Amino acid sequence: MIKVNALVKSFGPRTALASVNLHVEAGEFVTLVGPNGAGKTTLLRILATLTRPTEGSMRIAGLDPIKAGEEARRTIGFLSHRTLLYDDLTAEQNLRFYAWMYDLDDGSSRITDLLEQVGLAARRHDLVRTFSRGMQQRLAVARAVLHRPQVLFLDEPYTGLDPNAAQVLTSLLTELAGAGCTILLTTHNLERGLEVGRRIIVLAQGRIVYDVPRAEVDSATFPKMYQQLTA
Amino acid sequence: MGFVRKVWAIVAKDVAAELHTREMISAMLVFSVLALFIFSFALDLRGAMARAAAPGVLWATVAFAGTLGLSRSLAREQQTGCIDGLLLAPLDRSAIFFGKAIGNLIFMAVVEIVLLPLFSALFDTPLLQSGVLIVVALGTVGYAAVGTLLAAIAVNTRAREVMLPVLLLPLAIPALIAAVQATGGLVDGATWAEVGGWVRLLVVYDMVIVAVSMLTFGYVVEE
Amino acid sequence: MRKPGQDRLGIVLVGLSGVAVCVALGMVFFYAPREAAMGEVQRIFYFHVASAWVGFFAFFITFLAGIGYLARGERRWDILALSSVEIGLTFITMTVITGALWAKPAWGTYWTWEPRLTISAVQLLIYVAYGMLRAAIDSPERKARFAAVYGIVAFVTVPLSWFAIRWWRTIHPDILTSGGGMATTPKMTQTLMVSLAAFTLLYVTLLRQRIRLERAADALARLRLRADRIGK
Repeated sequence: MIKVNALVKSFGPRTALASVNLHVEAGEFVTLVGPNGAGKTTLLRILATLTRPTEGSMRIAGLDPIKAGEEARRTIGFLSHRTLLYDDLTAEQNLRFYAWMYDLDDGSSRITDLLEQVGLAARRHDLVRTFSRGMQQRLAVARAVLHRPQVLFLDEPYTGLDPNAAQVLTSLLTELAGAGCTILLTTHNLERGLEVGRRIIVLAQGRIVYDVPRAEVDSATFPKMYQQLTA
Repeated sequence: MGFVRKVWAIVAKDVAAELHTREMISAMLVFSVLALFIFSFALDLRGAMARAAAPGVLWATVAFAGTLGLSRSLAREQQTGCIDGLLLAPLDRSAIFFGKAIGNLIFMAVVEIVLLPLFSALFDTPLLQSGVLIVVALGTVGYAAVGTLLAAIAVNTRAREVMLPVLLLPLAIPALIAAVQATGGLVDGATWAEVGGWVRLLVVYDMVIVAVSMLTFGYVVEE
Repeated sequence: MRKPGQDRLGIVLVGLSGVAVCVALGMVFFYAPREAAMGEVQRIFYFHVASAWVGFFAFFITFLAGIGYLARGERRWDILALSSVEIGLTFITMTVITGALWAKPAWGTYWTWEPRLTISAVQLLIYVAYGMLRAAIDSPERKARFAAVYGIVAFVTVPLSWFAIRWWRTIHPDILTSGGGMATTPKMTQTLMVSLAAFTLLYVTLLRQRIRLERAADALARLRLRADRIGK
C-alpha cells in the first residue's frame, strides 16, 4: 500500500530525511515514534503528498503522487494537530465543503453518519469557532475519513486532546483498522505509541532506526532502548 | 465539470464564511469611506477639483481597500492549516487559484457596488454609467487575480499582511493608470471609442496577469 | 575552491570593464558634441540611458532565472536571480539619480514624470519589494521559490507599465520636458552605444563577482553545519 524508496528531504543545507525506505502493507496499523526534530512530520507530509521529496520515489496504493496526484489523493486521509477546519463555518458546512472537494455521491448521509459517530450531531449547525479543542479534533477526524480513504496519516493527533476525545479517536481508529484501512500515526509519546500501533517504527535524525511488530516489543525494556536509539 | 464544481465550492465556502462574520466586507467598507474623507480633506476637494480628482480617489481607495480583503481571505486559509486541506483534495492547483480569486473578486465587487453611488454623490461625478462599470469590472479582475497570488505569498512571510501592498501596488500600476484614465475620460463625456486604448490595455493586462498568476500559483502553495 | 588571485577571468573582466568605462567617459566628454539646447549638462544623458537599459536587462535576467528555478529547483538559478537584482538595483538607482541631476539644471525641477525616468522608478520600487520579500522569509527554499514567482510576475508588468506611462504622458504631456527632446547626431548615437556596451560589461563583471560571493557564502554555511555536527 505504501512503498517508499530512498526518500531524501533537505531544506537548503539541512537534511531532514536521509534516505528512508519503508514498506507498509494494506491494513497495517503503524506507529512512528521519535523525538522532536526526527523528521516524523516531514515524512508524513511527504507521504500525504503535501510536500515533495528532494530525492527518492514513493507509491501510495500503487500510484505515483507526482504523476497521478489527483487519483492518489483520493485514497489518502490526513489528520494533524492542526484541524484543517474553517473556524467561520459550521460543522456541517465544513464537511459539506470537503464532500464537494472529494466528489462524494452520498455526501449528505455520510456527513450525518459521521457526525453521529464522533458525537457532534447536536452541534452540526454551530460555528467551529465555538467548539472546544476536543470537539474540533473530533470533527477533524470526521473530515479526514469523510471520503473513505484507504490510507490514513495522522500527525501527532492526540496533542491537546482530553481523555474523552482521545477515546473517541482510538475507538474510531480501531474500527477503521478493522475495516482494512492502512493507518500510519506519529507521536512523540511512547506510551501512546505502544498502546495503539501494531507495528512500531522509530525515526531518529531522519532515519529509520528500529522497525518491529508490536508483539515483539517488551513494554518494560523498550523505553530504555528508545533512549539509546535516539540519543 | 468537476473542476468548475470545485472552484464554485471554494467560492461558496468563502462567501458562506464571510456571511457568518461579515468582518472582511465591513472592514473594507469602513476603510473605504474613511479613505474617501481623508482624501477629501487632505486634497481639499471641492467643486471642479473634486470632479477632476474623483477617478483617481476612487481607484486609490479601491486599491488600498482591496489589499485588506485579499490579505484576510488568504489568511483565513492559513489559520488552521486549511490550505493543506485544499492541497490534500484531488483537484488541480489552478482550481484553488480560481476559487480564491473569484471569491476575492466578489468581495471587492460588493464594496465597489456601495462605493460607486457614494462617490457619485459626494464628488458630483456621473460614475454610474455602463462604460465606467465595465472599466471598474476589468480593473478589479486583474487586481484580484494578481492580488490573490501575491497575498498567498505575503501571508507566508514574517511581515504577513504588511508585505502585500509593497508587493502588489507596483505591479498594479498599468491597470491603475489605464483605469483612472478611462474612468476620467468617460465621466468627462468621452465616447467609448476615445477611451478604447485604455480599455484594451486593461484587457491585455488582465489576460496576461491572470495567465501568469494561474501558472505560478501552484509553486506558491505547494512545498 | 581556487585561491584569490587565480581568478583569471575575473581579472580580465575587471580590466575590460575599466577600459570600456574609460573609453565611454572619454567619448562622452570629448567626442560627443555639445548639445544645443541644454549644454554640457546633457552629457549625463548617456549614463542615464545606459544605466536604464542595463537596469531593465538585469530585471530580465532575474525573470529568466526565476523561470529556471521553478523549472529545475537548483540553487544556482536562485543565486543568479538575487545577484542580478542587486546589481540591477544599483544601475536603476543610478538611472533615477542621474535623471534627477539632469532634470534640475535642464528643466528647473528634480523630478519629471518623463516616461523613461518614471518606468525606472517603478522598477526601482519593484526591486526593493523583491529584496524585502526575500528578507521576510527564513526558509531558503521558500525564499527562492517565492522570489522566483515574484520576479516573473513583476517583470511581466513592466512592459505594460511602460505603455501605460507613455500614453499617459502623451495625453498629459509634461510641459517642462515635452519640448521635442533632443536632436541626435550620429556621434551622439555612437557615444550612447559605447556607453551602453561599457555598462553592460560592467554589469556582467559585477554580476559574476556577486555570484561568486554567494557561492562562497553557501560553501561556508555548509562547512559550518558539518562542523557543528562533528562537534556534537
